This record gives sequence, C-alpha cells and structure tokens, in this order.
Amino acid sequence: MEIVGQLQKQFVDFSTSLNHEGFLDEQYLQLQKLQDESNPDFVCEVVSLFFDDSEKLLNNLATALQQQVVDFKQVDAHVHQFKGSSSSIGAQRVKNMCVAFRNFCEEKNLDGCLRCLQQLKHEYFLVKNKLETLFRLERQIVEAGGTVPVIG
Amino acid sequence: MKKGGRKFSALVVDDDQVIRNFEEKLLARFELETKVVKNGEEALKLFREGYTFDVVVMDMEMPVKNGPEWYGGTCRPLVQATRALRAMGVDCMIVGVTSRGDGPEKAELEAAGLNCCWEKPLNDKIVRTILDELAKKSS
Repeated sequence: MEIVGQLQKQFVDFSTSLNHEGFLDEQYLQLQKLQDESNPDFVCEVVSLFFDDSEKLLNNLATALQQQVVDFKQVDAHVHQFKGSSSSIGAQRVKNMCVAFRNFCEEKNLDGCLRCLQQLKHEYFLVKNKLETLFRLERQIVEAGGTVPVIG
Repeated sequence: MKKGGRKFSALVVDDDQVIRNFEEKLLARFELETKVVKNGEEALKLFREGYTFDVVVMDMEMPVKNGPEWYGGTCRPLVQATRALRAMGVDCMIVGVTSRGDGPEKAELEAAGLNCCWEKPLNDKIVRTILDELAKKSS
C-alpha cells in the first residue's frame, strides 16, 4: 500500500513540523492520541466549534475596537475567551498572541490592541489552514484504506 | 471507568461554549456521562432538580461581566457557587480549572469546599487523576 505509506509519512512529518514551529502544542498532541477507530472524528469535532466561534470573536473584536469610545474591558473579555478556547485545542501561537493582547487592553493602548488584532487574525488563519490540511491528510489516509498514525 | 457497571458522571460548568464542548467531549472520551451548564446558577438548579454527579468541573475564571474586577478575571462567582453547592449538601468531588496557577483565590476556594484545582486547559492527565480519585472513593 505505497500510497497509504506516503500519506502517513506526510501526515507524521507535517504534524511534527507544526509542533516544532509552535503552531500546535502538547495539548493538541494529547487530543490526537485520544482519536482512534471508535472515535475517528474526535479532534475534528472539538476543533470545528473553535473555528466557528473564533471567527465570531474576531469580528466582535474588530467592532469593539472601532467604537468611538473603546470599552477595553469588553475587548479584554473577548480576548480572554479566545485565549481559553485556543489553549483548549492547543493552538499555541494564537494563545500567546492573546496574552500579549490582554496586556495592551489593561494599558488601554488602542494602537497596541489594533496591532495585536491584526497579528491575532494572521495567527488564527494560519493555524486554521494548517489544521484543515491535517484533517484532509487524515481523510485521504482513511479513504486509501490506511489508519492515521499516532504521533509521539 | 465504570463502577459496578454504572459509568461515572460529570457536570461541566463553564461560560464559554467552545470550552463546554471541548470538556464534554474529552470527559465523554473517558466514558464519563457528562452534562454541561453555563454558570453556577444553572448548576445549582440541576442539583435542586435531583440530579447527582460524581464530579463537578468548574472554570475558575467565569467573569463578573459588569464587575470592576474584570482585568485578570475573578473567582468570586465560583467561590459563591462552590459554597452554595456544599450548603445544599452536595458532597461530590468539585474541581476547579484555572489559567492562573497558584493565587490568593485558591485558598478562598478551598475554604469554600473545592476539592482541588488544575491549570487550564483540561487534559487527559487531569481526567485520569479525577477518575483515579473517583475509583478510590467508590471502592
């Protein structure tokens, strides 16, 4: 099953690089380990809601920062939420961005917040893209008759 | 893990939908029958309705949205919820999940009747530790 072997190697290499580059941390690896034949969609189900919710949060953040008088507590509340959800799925760079963002909220630094929002969007869409690639590889492996390797 | 054929049950209390979903799925993966609620009041309501759980898993940073203490979060709602649950006679395990490690709030929570707290996010190690504790209690 040469195709399966190739796909599996691609999956392992890609997963490993995402971990090394800090996109996904130990939390994600642990979630991956909980996925098996009887729970084949475990990670995808957990992550899907994160995607939906994140996009709403980013819109809410943009709106909140565009107000005449910015309510930094409201902005902070949104970032706090994003920090929690991103850390639960292991999206490390997104989570770290949220930590920096909260500091600017506390300082009521609008420019800092606006810059963080741009960086946060960037990191979020990067990790989303990478996760979608990972899920696609998993589907291809299963469709080719193989099993998804467990990392680590 | 089952005790005498019955699965352990868990109540997740968290104000964030993504976290509720994530914790529910994680606990279910370890065969806990899990219910989820948004806040302390809803948790109390379930207990008043006669529900029982082997463990309650609560976020220690549920915000008081209109409160002055929002920066950094506050555990006040959780101290209140824990106290209220204990006052009702709820004696199951109550664990807190926090992203703020060791803080002054922890002592207050433990005094209120929280069994222990863990660094957020919830993960397989924490769930396994909880299951071990539950197994010890039931043996």
